[in-house]
Amino acid sequence: MPILETIGLEKRFGGIVAAQNVNLAIEQGARHALIGPNGAGKTTVVNLLTGVLKPTAGRIVLEGRDITALEPHQRVRLGMARTFQINQLFLDLTPLETIGLAVSERVGSGGDWWRLVGSKAAVTDEIVEIVERFRLADVMHERTAILPYGKQRLLEIALAFACRPRVLLLDEPAAGVPEAERQELLATIAALPADVTVLLIEHDMDLVFSFADCISVLVNGSLFVDGPPEDIARDPRVKAVYLGEELDA
Amino acid sequence: MTAVAALSEDVSTYLARRARWSPLEIAFWVFAFATIWLFPGKYLILKDTAILALFALSLDLILGFAGILSLGQAAFFGFAGYFTGLAAKYGVINEPVVALVLAGVVAATLGFVTSFLVLRGSDLTRLMVTLGVSLMLGEVANRYSDITGGADGLQGVTIAPILGVFRFDLYGHNGYVYCLIVLFVCFVIARRIVYSPFGLSLRAVKGNSLRASAVGIPVNGRLVAIYTVSAAFAGMAGALLTQTTAFCSLDVFSIDRSADLLLVLIIGGTGYLYGGLIGAVIYRFMQDYISTLTPQYWQFWIGLMLVGIVLVGRERIGGWNEALRAAISRFFARFVSRSATLGAAAPDGG
Repeated sequence: MPILETIGLEKRFGGIVAAQNVNLAIEQGARHALIGPNGAGKTTVVNLLTGVLKPTAGRIVLEGRDITALEPHQRVRLGMARTFQINQLFLDLTPLETIGLAVSERVGSGGDWWRLVGSKAAVTDEIVEIVERFRLADVMHERTAILPYGKQRLLEIALAFACRPRVLLLDEPAAGVPEAERQELLATIAALPADVTVLLIEHDMDLVFSFADCISVLVNGSLFVDGPPEDIARDPRVKAVYLGEELDA
Repeated sequence: MTAVAALSEDVSTYLARRARWSPLEIAFWVFAFATIWLFPGKYLILKDTAILALFALSLDLILGFAGILSLGQAAFFGFAGYFTGLAAKYGVINEPVVALVLAGVVAATLGFVTSFLVLRGSDLTRLMVTLGVSLMLGEVANRYSDITGGADGLQGVTIAPILGVFRFDLYGHNGYVYCLIVLFVCFVIARRIVYSPFGLSLRAVKGNSLRASAVGIPVNGRLVAIYTVSAAFAGMAGALLTQTTAFCSLDVFSIDRSADLLLVLIIGGTGYLYGGLIGAVIYRFMQDYISTLTPQYWQFWIGLMLVGIVLVGRERIGGWNEALRAAISRFFARFVSRSATLGAAAPDGG
């Protein structure tokens, strides 16, 4: 049984169809990539999966449970977290505070008003682990607003990871990261634990083909084809609609 | 491995120290309580200031920490003020501390019910809806003048001694001490809230509510909670006014009161808890000083000050004095650490 599944997912904005009959099936522990040309509806699909948008039709099933009607924060609690294509960070907080709040939230003490942040040893340990994993130790006391872009990008992923997701949606994680900081980012993504299922939405073909074990191609809001990377790379139709366009550009 | 241990040490020390009272804060409160002995002739204005400070603190909790802009804090202030006055007048609840706590609960209930109105919409929407609620309550109080006393105010309120012991004396000594203690207790609670995971999540919601929900924060639930707490604080400020004046009139609901409150908070700065307190002191004493010079036109100077603040603060008007605050705390920290070093060195030398 797939860990995350969509059945006939559809989203219309007035007369515009942003996603139509999307049937995705993401296997437990997969490194799944969702690719497609600009405006194919990739981010719409992510917004539908995470509950930022409500679908016009169709269902979303996470670990056998229908989550179509749930609020974004409820889906996070059930084990699905995401990053954003454009950084969505808490600019006035430090990385330490940012991760601290996400961890507090996950362990269920996010609403505690009488306890000080970090008064639970388990929370502190987990903050340390995440700061270490995402190489944020040297900047953890700085305001997020003044961090280098590459570090902000790492924090973007660290924040989603701090929710301890079973399914992690990465929306163009490498977008806009300068070459010098890119390797650090890619290494961190490659080192994500194997039991975390990853859905990668990406433009960068090198990253997609080096990372993914399954690729879905989205064109004009519909799922065009999916399969292992070798098949996708060889598929002449994909070349025509997507890779061809990319190579020409 | 040692790097991780050092990191772990760093994180836990930082988190442990984060909420520690700074020497500057301690000095602030020592001075606040010292005013009881320092300025015995000024109890009335000091008492007004303490009430205004608590009221401004209530606004800071929602504006400075959760980003909810409100022009309707007077609704809670007035509602609880009348509740306290009526309860005392008809002898239902006589003891002031019990009445104060109940007034807080009553205001919190009103805050909880109306909080659902502020969940949706942007700043302007919230400004209008909060204003609307306080206008409605003001007119309800006006309409039922047989209960509230209408334009003449609520007459015949007698307030029992605090805890059955301390009478509200003519000089306002007990009244001031009482208000100051209530302010301090509420401040400590607010401070605890701000440094808790809940408080941190509010800052996250204020900073980026889209992302806040994406890390599992129930955004609406948190806003409802802090709005309710804020209403309780505003209500207690209203109750204190009724108790210390043994009177309550329609102007507790006035727009002026909410607008002045916003002004007080902006003068002091938002989002660091002391803004409302410092703003209240500056506002109230400026009002007192300027109005002795020019009784009619004192607000001209407040207006001028506001314009100056906008010019300095620009987009971050609530943080216009951030640089000043940072400089003061740096100076103070250096001063304190120097004297601490001297203190530590003394035993060796002697």
